[in-house]
Amino acid sequence: MPGITREEVAHLARLARLELKGEELDHFAGQLDDIIGAVARVSEVADQDVPPTSHPLPLTNVMRADEVRPSLTPAQALSGAPAQEQQRFKVPQILGED
Amino acid sequence: MTVITELVPFDEALATYDPVMGLEVHVELGTRTKMFCGCSTELGADPNTQTCPVCLGLPGALPVVNAIGVESAIKIGLALHCEIAEWCRFARKNYFYPDMPKNFQTSQYDEPIAFNGYLDVQLEDGEVFRVEIERAHMEEDTGKSTHVGGATGRIHGASHSLLDYNRAGIPLIEIVTKPITGAGARAPEVAKAYVAELRELIRALGVSEARMEMGQMRCDVNLSLRPNGTEKFGTRSETKNVNSLRSVERAVRYEIGRHAGVLDAGGTIIQETRHFHEDDGSTTSGRVKEEAEDYRYFPEPDLVPVAPSREWVEELRATLPELPRVRRNRLREEWGVTELDMQSILNAGAVDLIVATTEAGADSASARKWWLGELARSANESGRPLDALPITPAQVARVSELVASGDLNDKLARQVIEGVLAGEGDPDTVVEKRGLKVVSDEGALGTAVDEAIAANGAIADKIRGGKVAAAGALVGAVMKATRGQADAARVRELILERLGVEG
Repeated sequence: MPGITREEVAHLARLARLELKGEELDHFAGQLDDIIGAVARVSEVADQDVPPTSHPLPLTNVMRADEVRPSLTPAQALSGAPAQEQQRFKVPQILGED
Repeated sequence: MTVITELVPFDEALATYDPVMGLEVHVELGTRTKMFCGCSTELGADPNTQTCPVCLGLPGALPVVNAIGVESAIKIGLALHCEIAEWCRFARKNYFYPDMPKNFQTSQYDEPIAFNGYLDVQLEDGEVFRVEIERAHMEEDTGKSTHVGGATGRIHGASHSLLDYNRAGIPLIEIVTKPITGAGARAPEVAKAYVAELRELIRALGVSEARMEMGQMRCDVNLSLRPNGTEKFGTRSETKNVNSLRSVERAVRYEIGRHAGVLDAGGTIIQETRHFHEDDGSTTSGRVKEEAEDYRYFPEPDLVPVAPSREWVEELRATLPELPRVRRNRLREEWGVTELDMQSILNAGAVDLIVATTEAGADSASARKWWLGELARSANESGRPLDALPITPAQVARVSELVASGDLNDKLARQVIEGVLAGEGDPDTVVEKRGLKVVSDEGALGTAVDEAIAANGAIADKIRGGKVAAAGALVGAVMKATRGQADAARVRELILERLGVEG
């Protein structure tokens, strides 16, 4: 029986840097429980003899030569940035970590 | 909040506890392009000039792995006596931090490309210690943050941070040891020797220059203590970014003392990351370490698995150079120097230069003399590594040839070296331009000797009276008169001859 607790949702929210209120935690715990339950049904038909699949195509060793290709201009690279300074992406103060 | 812990003196700590280490070394590969895109890895470019949709994590961009990145990883794995995976995948390591614009780092999780190896390291007294390797895996570097508004440019007190993603995506190989046990009091030395040996190995493989001062090689030091005679490992701390050989040694030493202090006081070690401080060799608390599951690793769907054929692996194995430790021992014997001498040659970064100089025709003793003497001094003064000096091994070999043939004496040779370093050209050009040749013309020398005797009558008398040691002053006068270009031994002979004294 799959399931996700309110505490687990709170933990995931912290890892995802999402601020969730108490009622939201309850709400999402219920929804996520439904989703996990639905996905878990796959294992009812995929038994031990079906290996987990991460890649749908039977491809390996797709590699590129170590050759430089043109990069974006700094203006292009920064065009989607909400804020910039000194040709760099400007981000809010980073708290609590280093 | 800072908790002050009493450090226990090293020997005292070792009397009670047995240190267990784990070393994680990140090596930035010297590929031309990033691990998953074709952006240049050239150092020193203007900020955000080497980025593209892939390394910026823009929607829809698809990464493709760099073949040389994979090849380098396999070479490193093989040189560390690892098994090479027949099939392995990349994984996303999810975390939210602005140094990675994708919000995950592409890494490898439970399927590293190389695993189960070892590296034998030689300690200063010649003892060989085997460090077992858990794994070596492929991943990518992060962007560079600049913290603005803090007093010291550090994160604390910063108002905001600025990100340059030129470095994001540069190939990294992370090499992780198994727990290193049994080193006891030699733990700091083993840690340092391991990182030094790994650095030599990486360079010998030609996959990176592994310059620690440039961040091309970085070390995280995990350390825990357990009471002597017990099996169970204690809780570890992870000191991040210890970026010189000396610092690796100091960090281990410091953490041994700190852990012992906490444990002796009945406290518990918190599993956390710690920051190392170069200035006093101490560490301070960083963040509480996230559990691996907090990174929610999962197989990277955008990169297909890597399955190196056994033929490819064997081809790469055949290209492996002689291991640095083996080569060092061979050279030490060939050169006839002691362990200690070899260590200082190594520390000076002179091994390859001396080899190249002997290959260019010099004898090893004179090659060593120049690289460790005059040239080491010059490198030191200009704050450059030895191999960055503007002189080639072939040029050094030419100078030593000129000394061997008697065309130059030591003093003149030093001037020639100085001229080459100053950009005046090849040794022969410098000799020519500066007019540096040993004066061996007996007539010219004889005149200079006669003049010196005439000008220093009192000294000459002393010598005639048997004080042969006083001849030094006259030799000096002749050398001065010939601007150092005379053969000093011959000058001395001539002086004694003229004064009728037996040398």
